[in-house]
Amino acid sequence: MHPLRGVAAIVGTCDTEVGIVPDKGPTELCSQAIRGALDDAGLTLADVDGLITCNSMADPYMYHAEMMAEYLQIFPGYTLSLGAGGGATFAALHHAASAIATGMADTVVVAMAECLRTGLTRDQAMAMQSSSGHPQFERPYGPTVPAFYGLVARAYMDAYGATSEHFAAVAVSARDHACRHPFAQMREPITIEDVLASRMIADPLHLLDCSLVSDGGCAVVLTSAERARDLRQSPVYLLGAGEGHSHEHISATHNLVTSAAADSGRRAYEMAGVGPGDIDVAGIYDCFTPVVLIELEDLGFCGKGEAGDFVTQGGLALDGALPTNTHGGLLSHSHTGNPGSMFALTECVAQLRHSAGDRQVADAQTALVHAQGGILSSHCTVILGRENT
Amino acid sequence: MSTHEGKNLPRPTPETQAYWDAAKDHRLLIQQCSDCDTHQFYPRPHCTQCGGMNMDWVEANGSATLVSYSVINRPVSKAYADDDSAILALVRLVEGPQMMTNIVDCGLADLAIGDALTVVFEDWTDEISMPKFKRTR
Repeated sequence: MHPLRGVAAIVGTCDTEVGIVPDKGPTELCSQAIRGALDDAGLTLADVDGLITCNSMADPYMYHAEMMAEYLQIFPGYTLSLGAGGGATFAALHHAASAIATGMADTVVVAMAECLRTGLTRDQAMAMQSSSGHPQFERPYGPTVPAFYGLVARAYMDAYGATSEHFAAVAVSARDHACRHPFAQMREPITIEDVLASRMIADPLHLLDCSLVSDGGCAVVLTSAERARDLRQSPVYLLGAGEGHSHEHISATHNLVTSAAADSGRRAYEMAGVGPGDIDVAGIYDCFTPVVLIELEDLGFCGKGEAGDFVTQGGLALDGALPTNTHGGLLSHSHTGNPGSMFALTECVAQLRHSAGDRQVADAQTALVHAQGGILSSHCTVILGRENT
Repeated sequence: MSTHEGKNLPRPTPETQAYWDAAKDHRLLIQQCSDCDTHQFYPRPHCTQCGGMNMDWVEANGSATLVSYSVINRPVSKAYADDDSAILALVRLVEGPQMMTNIVDCGLADLAIGDALTVVFEDWTDEISMPKFKRTR
């Protein structure tokens, strides 16, 4: 048995309001999420001895976790400020579980917030777009983030005969779920035709193939399995975690259509002692629709090239083979940048607590969350369960 | 050259200066390991294949194939609103390495993955010329 399997549990979660939140900055949203997650756990700030955060672009600090500790006036024995884009969220869980297992900390909060929608000036937003990419060998060519993913999308279409309709089905599924979430940013139903008729952002990606631009914050509290049993919420155990890192710059990738999700997934499954067939509900990083297809395949839910049909046939629906992004995902719930995938995590925790209301997947026992940062660069997969035996 | 004002100019480093100096003369330089013969891009002093420290600069043939492409329908800034900045591409040089570039003199409808390409150079400043690619006729 892997020494980290089941030793830590998520005992508290909190999503702040998301979408357009002009009256709060990222630091306050992060603080609000931390205090909310502790309330949910029945713990207080005094219980926190470990803090992991991710920096904010709208309100950056040199030492971000220390800044948040200062803001909250807590004095932890362990902090870490992560920066690996969307993949940082679940890597943070991996670190938190390690810290708990090795005695570096007893109760670790993982918290992130960002105001991409209202916290950046237009110049800052454009600078952020143009700052991605290698400074000498990519950025001079004028790439945008959607165009980087357009390269992936086109290669995937060419390799497997995937179509724009396959991509659109991912967006429609996400929107169906968001329509059941009271706080999702986009709650009007859409159709495949709506996606195809939306304007091109980076051919072959339409506007509705792209995720949102949002404000919001999110936090989770982890503690030891032993302590978790005495707390208010039914614990959600971290059974497996794995990372995979293949490149920083998309021009340096060795494969545009198979990602390091294959590595992170294999490591997480091995640690958890489960396989794709054991997963009842999933959170799959959906910054752009084709990414979901590639990740579904690389995580073993479909054969290569088969995810388009899987999604078109309702595979991601609440009653489908793999209910996925039941909160609406980055495509329809919110995309706050680095913290974006945290909301998929808190949704999967709600699913495993059986408290997801209208979105509940019947008798969900085991969940998988996967996130990636950069341009299919930095991957982390986490497997969660109601039991740690 | 005023049409290239506002572009994101590359800033050569000690490890890449030779590449940019050659580009100024419209030559595409890549590296080749004198121990294991592997070609590599982007430039760095060690061979990523064998770990050796004996990298030579060699002039690439200039032929490549199209690996993938995307159209930038919304340019990152006005400086990139020209047609020759609109198509972002990954290309594989005949020597093996892959690089990012723009495809010039070409509409989207004309392009297909696997197309044969040839390097051309766009002069941006007295110091910087950018390697770009066009379809081989």
